[in-house]
Amino acid sequence: MVMIGKSVARKDAWEKVTGQAKYTGDSQEGDMLYVEKVISPYGHALIKKIDLSRARQLAGVKAVITGGNLPLTGEEIRDRYPIAYKRVRYHGEVVALVVADTPKRARQAADTIHITYAPLPVINTPRQALDPKAPLIHEDLGQYKKISKVYPEQGTNIANRTKIRKGNMLKGWSESDVVVEESYSLRPSDHAAMETRCALASIRADGKVFITSSSQAPFMIKRLISEYFGIDIGDVIVTTPLVGGGYGGKASVQLELLAYIASRASGGRLVKVQNTREEDMLTSPCHIGLDATIKLGCSQKGKLKAVKILYLWDGGAYSDKAVSLSRAGAVDCTGPYQIENVSCDSLCMYTNHPYASPYRGYSHSEVLFAFERTMDSLANKLGMDPLELRRMNAILPGHTTPTQVLLNSSSVGNLPACIHRLKKLMEWEKGQRIDLGNFKVKAKGISCVWKTSTIDTNASSGVILIFNPDGSVNLVSGVIEIGTGSKTILAQIVSERLKINLEKVKVQMKVNTQSTPEHWKTVASRGTFMAGRAALQAADDAISQLKHLASCVLRAPVEDFEIGGERVFLRDDPSKGLSYKELAYGYTYPNGNAIGGQIIGRGHYVLRHLTPLNPETGAGKPGPEWTVGAQGVEVELDTREYTYRITKSISVIDAGKVMNPKMAEGQITGAMSMGLAFGGRETFYFDDLGRVMNPQLRTYRPLRYGENPEYVCEFIETPQKDSPYGLRGLGEHGLLGMPAALGNSLSLAAGVHLNELPLLPELIWRKRKGADEGDLL
Amino acid sequence: MKISKDTYQKITIKLKINGEIVETDIHVSDLLLNVLRDKLGLTGAKPGCLNGDCGACTVIMNQKPMKSCLLLAIEAIREEITTIEGLLNSTIQKEFVNHFAFQCGYCTPGFVMVSHALLMNDPNPDKKTVIEWLSSNICRCTGYQEIEKALYSVIKGGNACGLKPKNTVKSNGAKKTDETGRLN
Repeated sequence: MVMIGKSVARKDAWEKVTGQAKYTGDSQEGDMLYVEKVISPYGHALIKKIDLSRARQLAGVKAVITGGNLPLTGEEIRDRYPIAYKRVRYHGEVVALVVADTPKRARQAADTIHITYAPLPVINTPRQALDPKAPLIHEDLGQYKKISKVYPEQGTNIANRTKIRKGNMLKGWSESDVVVEESYSLRPSDHAAMETRCALASIRADGKVFITSSSQAPFMIKRLISEYFGIDIGDVIVTTPLVGGGYGGKASVQLELLAYIASRASGGRLVKVQNTREEDMLTSPCHIGLDATIKLGCSQKGKLKAVKILYLWDGGAYSDKAVSLSRAGAVDCTGPYQIENVSCDSLCMYTNHPYASPYRGYSHSEVLFAFERTMDSLANKLGMDPLELRRMNAILPGHTTPTQVLLNSSSVGNLPACIHRLKKLMEWEKGQRIDLGNFKVKAKGISCVWKTSTIDTNASSGVILIFNPDGSVNLVSGVIEIGTGSKTILAQIVSERLKINLEKVKVQMKVNTQSTPEHWKTVASRGTFMAGRAALQAADDAISQLKHLASCVLRAPVEDFEIGGERVFLRDDPSKGLSYKELAYGYTYPNGNAIGGQIIGRGHYVLRHLTPLNPETGAGKPGPEWTVGAQGVEVELDTREYTYRITKSISVIDAGKVMNPKMAEGQITGAMSMGLAFGGRETFYFDDLGRVMNPQLRTYRPLRYGENPEYVCEFIETPQKDSPYGLRGLGEHGLLGMPAALGNSLSLAAGVHLNELPLLPELIWRKRKGADEGDLL
Repeated sequence: MKISKDTYQKITIKLKINGEIVETDIHVSDLLLNVLRDKLGLTGAKPGCLNGDCGACTVIMNQKPMKSCLLLAIEAIREEITTIEGLLNSTIQKEFVNHFAFQCGYCTPGFVMVSHALLMNDPNPDKKTVIEWLSSNICRCTGYQEIEKALYSVIKGGNACGLKPKNTVKSNGAKKTDETGRLN
């Protein structure tokens, strides 16, 4: 293979390092109007009165819009008005929009809008939400329109319940000699993509709706705007240029609805809605929180026998993607281990927090924090090496997942091999907890990870290859370039299959839902798998067309042709052939006659044999493969101050096939960085009114340069047999075990159970002080 | 030039950007970032927080990296401004490409500018200095190792000295005038 496995430079490299790369917010047109939001200052309140009188009189103001007369929205349960009506349910919820001819005038007018609120009791945790005496956030839950695979419970704050019932729990507990039970808690946090979300909309006189959005899901925007507002789906045309970071946060559809509503109220004029950083954190959907309780049992020798799990997801005020997130948390509710008896209830709870969108890993890093901390507790109680406990229970071909999928060597990677390499890389034999003297302790923590996708069972991906007259080819795919480099991988695949230079594969970065074949959403680490398969099919389609044309021109059977060196030639006599250039636009005979026409290769792909989950047992096949990995973190803890430094972070991932080593490493190390920040410091702080106290990048702190540890990244290659060249998804996987491995290392270093995130020195101090005084604070 | 207290008043200013003099109408309260993007079409500098926290809007003013969201456009009058658009084919950009030192690319102009400014000021910075300069910006995609490698490959390559951005004229940065002084 010439192109596969090579660290070729990214196709978007030069435009990105020169500032020429265009993102949604960079677009500026003369007749553009600007939208500013008025947002709720409370977590839960009735809207008593809205005074718009001053705003409407200001110069330049085109429209002032408040709630009412808008459809309920939501991907699975329609429970949310795009603009709050009569009541707000989270801090930052949009209450009014102002459209004006400049951003300043819109802001000035928005600031004159006076709203009277009557605060209501606030639900600040999912456990509070579960209390039968808790106030209801959605009294009409049972009446909302919904899809069939979601199960809201009327009269409660439960938006959805996913049940996993595998094996026989009585048998499992009777075989368990050692049992631990622990509870965990982490609050919602944020994706903090550097590009804040932005959407543009205009509506033409003929009814066509044009949206431009910084989104991971332009095809979902098209579908939802069509459904919510009753517009022919083909009349909704969505464009997405390069996206400045997504991490799941831009897979939800929100600002696009506001842009559409604002344009509609302004005679269809082009409008722009861009979040401030504060709005991006408060108003737009966030990273989900979780409260969890896990009871895990094993035999004396450490064989896992039974687990009972309760996951209470902090879905926030509206259910949008949170129901699906809670379902994904149930699908892989345990770590990557063979456990015969599993009972899990995964509940999507309404609270008065910002509502949730996907976050890199789609519930898996949160679940793994709880589960992998429990594994360490169990190893501790058993007096067993935590790495060995994981190795002996590692999921293997022939085992079944919690949703009862029977795995084979294609559908699951090689976890024992990952654990084996991690052990070497971490110098495990040298000890897990080392006293460095001078009040410093070094400790090593680990986590095993797995993840499959849980996307729609009929999610489709398409690729078109359009030839240029010189024999080069334009690659058109609906995968969004959110930073992962997936479109460069697609170019490598096309280059390999068509046997043409990578430079001759021209990648269209921008996606337009009218001219680009759909890629369902750029989520779930499924871009290179699904679009890669579509690209292979499109390349084969083009090759077939080239061969048929050559067969006609050279009067030889199609089967006798080969390709290579950007030519189609006869197998037994390569000198007889035609170049791609001669065939790209059909073939022209010397006398001027021509046949054929422009070569256009088509390919599409749908994952096969996927099924929804059984509502009683959870049985079902959510995804095609499980990427597995083993990860470790080394910390140095100051035992007086409880401050710590993360010195090393290690990932060994079974990538199936590493398509582009430098890009794969970049995905894994970047994800580790994000996971360590999430585990170590990132969280929203809520007050009693449900207000987020830290919606800025100075109070909400991602990792900065100099705070990062040394990263070590290794790959195992166990091919997935259906995917292009055996690759497995890996965009999310570097993040998955980081919070757990960090929690395990710090718990070991400090000698206390750290079961909350983020793992701030203050938390360690509180737990340590509690342990010292025998009285937890 | 007299400035009234009305922040909505429009004035015409001249700025020197990437070696060219440009004239534009602004409000006195306009941020340099917004003037660059909205008036001059220089969208390489990105808004990320408008608060000085993320550094995505970094430009070079008189050889120093400045967050253009923390500067009023009127503060840039008579200063030498270099934006990412004025920095073509620099060594640091090549090394960003070679080392895959970007993913989504949104923070990249800011990181390129702060790295470039560092090399202009100190072609052979020590580790502490590199941390001090680069920690002003946030990258959410990479783990920073790639950016570090890109920067150090320029330092080791010894190419930093010839790295003055195209068209940049050495400024007399020592001259300190008060704000009205700059405007008069």
